[in-house]
Amino acid sequence: MSKFIVSLSPHEKGKYTVEHVMWGVVIALIPAFISSVVNFGYRAVAVTAVALITCVFCEYLIQKFLMKCEITAFDGSAAVTGILLAFNLPSSIPLWQVVVGSIVAIAVGKMAFGGLGKNPFNPALVGRGFMLMSFPVDMTTWPIPLKSAWEWDIASKLDAMTSATPLGVLKEGNFSELPELWDLFIGTVGGSLGETSALAIIIGGIYLIHRKIITWHIPVLYLGTIFVLTGIMWLINDTANINPVFHILSGGVMLGGFFMMTDMVTSPMSLWGQVIFAVGAGVICVAIRLFGAYPEGCMFSILIMNAFVPLIDKYIKPKKFGTEVNYG
Amino acid sequence: MDGVILYSVISLGLVAAGASMILFFIAKKFRVEEDPRIDKVADILPGANCGGCGYPGCRGFAETLVKAADNGSIEGFNCPPAGSEAMAQIGKVLGLEVEASEPTTAVVRCGGTNELAPRKTEYDGPSKCSVSHALFSGEKGCPYGCMGLGDCVVSCSFGAIYIDEKTMLPVVIDEKCVSCGACVKVCPRKIIEIRPVGRKSRRVWINCMSNDKGAAAMKVCKAACIGCGKCVKECPEKIQAIVLDNFLAYIDPKKCIACGKCIPVCPTKAIKATFEPPAPKPKPKPVENPEPESEKKDQDEVNK
Amino acid sequence: MIKKGEVVKLKTFKLGGVHPPENKMAAGNPIEPVTLPKRVTVHLNQHIGAPANPVVKKGDTVKVGTLIGKGEAFISANIHSPVSGKVFSVDPVADGSGYKVKSVIIDVEGDEWEESIDRSPDLKKEITLEPSQIVDRIKECGIVGLGGACFPSHVKYMIPEGKKVDTVVINAVECEPYLTADDRIMIEKTEEIMIGIEIMKKAAGVEKAIVGIEANKPEAIAKMEKAASVYPGTIIQPLKVMYPQGAEKQLIKSVLNREVPSGKLPLDVGCVVNNVGTALAVYEAVQKNKPLIERVVTVTGKKLTKTANYMVRVGTPLSVLVEAVGGMPEGTEKVINGGPMMGKAIPSVDIPVTKGTSGIIFMDKAEARRKLTRNCIRCAKCVMVCPMGLEPYLLEKIADKERWDEVEKLAATDCIECGSCSYTCPSSRPLLDLIRLGKANVNRIRWERSKK
Repeated sequence: MSKFIVSLSPHEKGKYTVEHVMWGVVIALIPAFISSVVNFGYRAVAVTAVALITCVFCEYLIQKFLMKCEITAFDGSAAVTGILLAFNLPSSIPLWQVVVGSIVAIAVGKMAFGGLGKNPFNPALVGRGFMLMSFPVDMTTWPIPLKSAWEWDIASKLDAMTSATPLGVLKEGNFSELPELWDLFIGTVGGSLGETSALAIIIGGIYLIHRKIITWHIPVLYLGTIFVLTGIMWLINDTANINPVFHILSGGVMLGGFFMMTDMVTSPMSLWGQVIFAVGAGVICVAIRLFGAYPEGCMFSILIMNAFVPLIDKYIKPKKFGTEVNYG
Repeated sequence: MDGVILYSVISLGLVAAGASMILFFIAKKFRVEEDPRIDKVADILPGANCGGCGYPGCRGFAETLVKAADNGSIEGFNCPPAGSEAMAQIGKVLGLEVEASEPTTAVVRCGGTNELAPRKTEYDGPSKCSVSHALFSGEKGCPYGCMGLGDCVVSCSFGAIYIDEKTMLPVVIDEKCVSCGACVKVCPRKIIEIRPVGRKSRRVWINCMSNDKGAAAMKVCKAACIGCGKCVKECPEKIQAIVLDNFLAYIDPKKCIACGKCIPVCPTKAIKATFEPPAPKPKPKPVENPEPESEKKDQDEVNK
Repeated sequence: MIKKGEVVKLKTFKLGGVHPPENKMAAGNPIEPVTLPKRVTVHLNQHIGAPANPVVKKGDTVKVGTLIGKGEAFISANIHSPVSGKVFSVDPVADGSGYKVKSVIIDVEGDEWEESIDRSPDLKKEITLEPSQIVDRIKECGIVGLGGACFPSHVKYMIPEGKKVDTVVINAVECEPYLTADDRIMIEKTEEIMIGIEIMKKAAGVEKAIVGIEANKPEAIAKMEKAASVYPGTIIQPLKVMYPQGAEKQLIKSVLNREVPSGKLPLDVGCVVNNVGTALAVYEAVQKNKPLIERVVTVTGKKLTKTANYMVRVGTPLSVLVEAVGGMPEGTEKVINGGPMMGKAIPSVDIPVTKGTSGIIFMDKAEARRKLTRNCIRCAKCVMVCPMGLEPYLLEKIADKERWDEVEKLAATDCIECGSCSYTCPSSRPLLDLIRLGKANVNRIRWERSKK
């Protein structure tokens, strides 16, 4: 007879594991990936594959040779970082830059803090922030969707193949050149790989909520805040400001709200903390879009609110049982 | 051009002078007067902040000592890591005579090795003795013995204790142990004891904490003290260092002369010493056996 | 009454909770007796509080129901002999945790009961005793809460001056997976339970009693509702299946929507909570003068060919139950005394059944071992499922660092140890293990503080 195992209760274990969560996110990103392949062709596959492989491999190397700890590089978290980073890049980006960005995302954004669960900032956005500062031109050159899709050597034909993003157009004030809302919804506009199609992202987001990997609070409140604030501006002055539907469909807020704000590691733990986090990020995003120098504020809004998470967690505590007095 | 350099040198110089004046006056005005003896005492202390003295860090202890010295005596205070020499030095700094205290060391009182106390169950949980202790009697089934999860190792600031991989019991490295008592405090079963190092490092102790009756103790561990009392009888009459209480013998280190006579009589080898025990007394053999006689004769002849 | 397919919004508690797989394999098995063992070991501390003092000695002859341990402290309970025979010894014996507790070991001879016990199967409906007499009888018969915590029942009915009670809440939730003991007694002893509840109402001096039953026991709900129709003031309340609904505070929240504040008792919100098994024991004690000497134990496990609900005498070694179900299944690596969420893994099957043993569960290798612990990914699942609104991830972290003052500030002592956090943690962190450690240390520090 084998020895009995003695351990503390509970002896039952739920089915959720880190792998379950992380690969669930990867599955949820598939619709956005399909949309990016349709819009941007080979390059979308190449950029995503390079970022994914670099991230996983980089994490593996660091765990094996630097941290000398157990290898957990294949649990899916590095893969999520890689895919999300790729989805925040334009398809024409040189692949060596993708490699550099991925290494920064994993090495600086994640492993430097001690690995999974310890990083204060979303690693994919750290990587993207680094690339935006380092390669500003390549990072803001947006190939035209569909037209550029099946061209491999895109660099030599960039002039003919690029367009501004909807938000870039908006920043310049050319309201007449703005794309239709329908194009924004299905994603046939210029932009980063994974952010253009609101439809694909919403499908993925609903999958995540259905699998109980995320709750609806953060994405709904983030997008809701943006909708309300831009709506107020639009009501005040509808010639200088575009309607709020345009704002929530364009740029990275969909991808950010469903996939990057909800990153468990870098979001608050309590429900009310999450509310503050989402609303705060929404306010910052709108402020950057309407009054800032950048056309898009999604990345910065998330990174800034990431920095507030420890503070939010310290002061916003979950509601305790026994505080609701309804007797005597 | 020259003017710019000149002006900037002058203006920055003025700012620097002004700032340094402010700093100077603030430093003067808000200076905290501290007894210079505290620094001197703190310099003598090892600075490991182990807490063995019972005060918050070495500096806290130094402050306490100076205060105590002002009241006349630092008797009773001891820095276990630095030992009596350092206390004597401190005494000198504070102008007091200090009596030397006997050096001590930590001693583990469990002999339940993997072989002698086989593991009957498997513990699955955090590697903390405190958690395992609260849950059950341990993998060996002995509610008094070591669980081998190493809370003592974590608590030691001096790297003086480790878990032996073969026996799964903690081992104290005498040279490194400063007898600060951190492991004693942290051990949930109190199997670690601070005992005097002893003359020439000779010390004897009961290597078990079991209060179970003999049969029950032997059932879980073959090295258990069964409370038979043989050692108590063996201990020289004038000394009587061993007492039996609740099926467990205890050797009083203050009385023990480390003669080692009790060691061979223990039926479970539960008495441990830092030296080779004396050979067991030859049992009185039956008279019919002539061999010892002849041997003795031979010996006598040789001597002649 | 819930009909199939009908969508009813059932009551439950609001904060947290999980829904582990129910695995109630033994639900269809009627309660069976087991053969008497040759020797029983009766622990003298089967309840919360001070252990009972033995009143028999080696060589004494006892009958079924003879008092063998007297609970003399305020919170303590009497222990009666579950068998007839000779006392073999009064000695410390290892209990389920391996630590020794004082026990009475009895060699079984025949099955002779004390004459005062009414063994007839007739239902005795009329309650002749006065409230104070009922409490005394409960105390004499050594009734304790049969839900698992084993709190002496009579203490609950000694309602202090100035406290008003308006409801007796009967806990028939059985939210632990696998266990079916309460389910079976509700189906088989419905009438007795109803009278037991009437006795409790009389003892507490209230008109209203609510029986909370989770909706996964439709047969029990139907039977209980039918029986309750003749007892005004007794309400059967079906509840949504949600763990840990069987916890006192969560049950009160579910059935009455009252919240027991931190550090307070159900008494402070006008409730007395008792397990349904206790109601049956109270009936037997008050109407039949039968002390608490046997209970229903569910023996189950995924690999077991025969699962069962046994009526077992207290003190019977678990190995007797293992034999009764045809031996331990191949590859069993963990045996749990109680439910899988809050029960205790036991080091051997030689330990005896106690008043709190609600079930024995066998788990094989795949279920028995914990998964590898990973970094916390801050998924907030533990915060979401905590029924007390605590932050398990933080408590674990600071308990590991032994910062007990912070553990105290974060209200670790509110933790009801339901295990929802550890159950749900994707990184398999030992959350509850360390929270327990923190709780123990906070309680120790508070005790030391109160001494000063």
